[in-house]
Amino acid sequence: MAYLVSHPDEVKVVSRRFGLGAANLDRYLELDGYKALQKALSMTPDAIVNEVKVSNLRGRGGAGFPTGMKWSFVPKQSAKPKYVLCNGDESEPGTCKDRLIFEHDPHSVIEGVMIAAIAVGAKTGYIYLRGEYRYLIEIMEKAVADAYARGIIGKNIFGSGVDLNVFVHSGAGAYEVGEESALMESLEGKRGVPRIRPPFPAVVGLWGGPTVINNAESLASVPHIILNGGEWFASLGTPRNGGTRLFCMSGELERPGVYELPMGYNLKKMIYDVAGGMVKGKNLKGVVPGGSSVQILTPDEIDVAMDFDAVLKVGSMLGSGGVIVLDDQMCIVKFALRVIKFYQHESCGWCIPCREGTDWLKKTLTRFHSGGGVAKDIDNLKYLAENMLGRTFCPLGDAAAMPIISYIQKYRKEFEDHLEGRACPFEKTAEPALA
Amino acid sequence: MKFSDQLEQRFTTMVTHYPTKRSVLVPMLLYIQDEIGAVTDEAIHEMAQRTELTELEVRNVISYYSMMRTHKIGKYNFQVCTNVSCLLRGADDLFEHCKKKLGVGHKQSTPDGLFHLEEVECIGACSWAPAMMLNYDFHENLTAQKIDALIDAVKKKEQQ
Repeated sequence: MAYLVSHPDEVKVVSRRFGLGAANLDRYLELDGYKALQKALSMTPDAIVNEVKVSNLRGRGGAGFPTGMKWSFVPKQSAKPKYVLCNGDESEPGTCKDRLIFEHDPHSVIEGVMIAAIAVGAKTGYIYLRGEYRYLIEIMEKAVADAYARGIIGKNIFGSGVDLNVFVHSGAGAYEVGEESALMESLEGKRGVPRIRPPFPAVVGLWGGPTVINNAESLASVPHIILNGGEWFASLGTPRNGGTRLFCMSGELERPGVYELPMGYNLKKMIYDVAGGMVKGKNLKGVVPGGSSVQILTPDEIDVAMDFDAVLKVGSMLGSGGVIVLDDQMCIVKFALRVIKFYQHESCGWCIPCREGTDWLKKTLTRFHSGGGVAKDIDNLKYLAENMLGRTFCPLGDAAAMPIISYIQKYRKEFEDHLEGRACPFEKTAEPALA
Repeated sequence: MKFSDQLEQRFTTMVTHYPTKRSVLVPMLLYIQDEIGAVTDEAIHEMAQRTELTELEVRNVISYYSMMRTHKIGKYNFQVCTNVSCLLRGADDLFEHCKKKLGVGHKQSTPDGLFHLEEVECIGACSWAPAMMLNYDFHENLTAQKIDALIDAVKKKEQQ
């Protein structure tokens, strides 16, 4: 099981019950559990949506779309049933935060789903977890069963006359299912091939009904917003970036771990202060600030506030909160190859630019890294990746292309060092060049 | 194929959670696999009937998900993550170590049917890298010694 870390700069909102045994329903109730749900039941749906809008909560899955606004897109009247779908298919390389929420505070996710359902007029919520997270599925299933047994979920919750159902659903290994339309396909028992938008899920979602899809961390933030107010949550972060965020620090750091820090916390401080800096003998080479699909930042670019807008301004994205720190002993070509190998493996093959693009990038980088690169490969790689951008149904194509382009732009010299049959300068034992 | 009581109960409950029967497909196939080792022809036939789909439609779903398999593998599945966060902390060497120690390559099982080895994509253990899963259990902050201990523990358990 994943162990917990802490740092004095942390502001614990989503993680405030971590390590306190809140997976137990009684303990959760002691720690203000389901109070926000009771409060929400006494509010009008518009008031709930408004509170979330005021909080400036933005999607914690990666895209950073304002959660309250997403909820407001759901039509009030609908002939088809409405749904709330919690995205717990956490699979973005570098990201390991939702795992902690499911493990330590499963009821907060359930409570968030239920509040979202009340806000949009849904009667059913689904919590979708990736199949690899079996022990967490068991924790979630128990939490749901306990809440049903206590009358917290089900018919006439807290005597309000409102009926709500919540179910837990398991995936079976697919990164792409983390994309919202693919997630719905998967829940409907199909291949996780994305749907074209519009229509957006808020209008046409699960089984054709209006559907709100939010990341687990977003939903786990909701009870705190309802209980303490949207303004309070907004005040924790920066303008238009409310609250806190679970940042997953990984790489050769002294104190890697998941830290909850206010939105807008300085990245450099996050690395050198919170995570204790690089391990002895290694130096910083670059930082991937939001999961493997975002652009890399060089050491002179990391003096940046970690919120959606500021990171975008320096040419990358806040993404999923997965801060991957590269040290100077990692070859950028090898890193690029590992990244593209992942996206090639996960591409569903539906859109040709993604299917072919990821495959050719992988083939070229494989040859290149083993010493078979020619000078024109470098521009070809970039050209190939650039031609994938914006040409696919779902963001997987962009997610594969964007980081590769940034590695070439920012570490071009290192690519050139691999040319003319030279072995990778970082390898301990030289690999023979491919003819 | 006759479901075990556990599977039957899971199916009966789960099918009430969704407006369409086929929604149970992905989780049910995985639970069947966990129980009998693979999504066999019989399992596909059974699930196709229960969800009112063709066998081809069920196979089409199976081929999309990386955890599902139609053939049995070694009883103890060593799934070593080599994605970026683990790569930065030496996952490549650990995967090589597993290969040598178990004498098998990627997606291969040992002849005695005890071990299976797989290089897998990110398992969500990035801050505790390098990491692997042994069946459904996470093993984090991995070292070659920890892997050896896991292999020894399996062997010991199976000898009893």
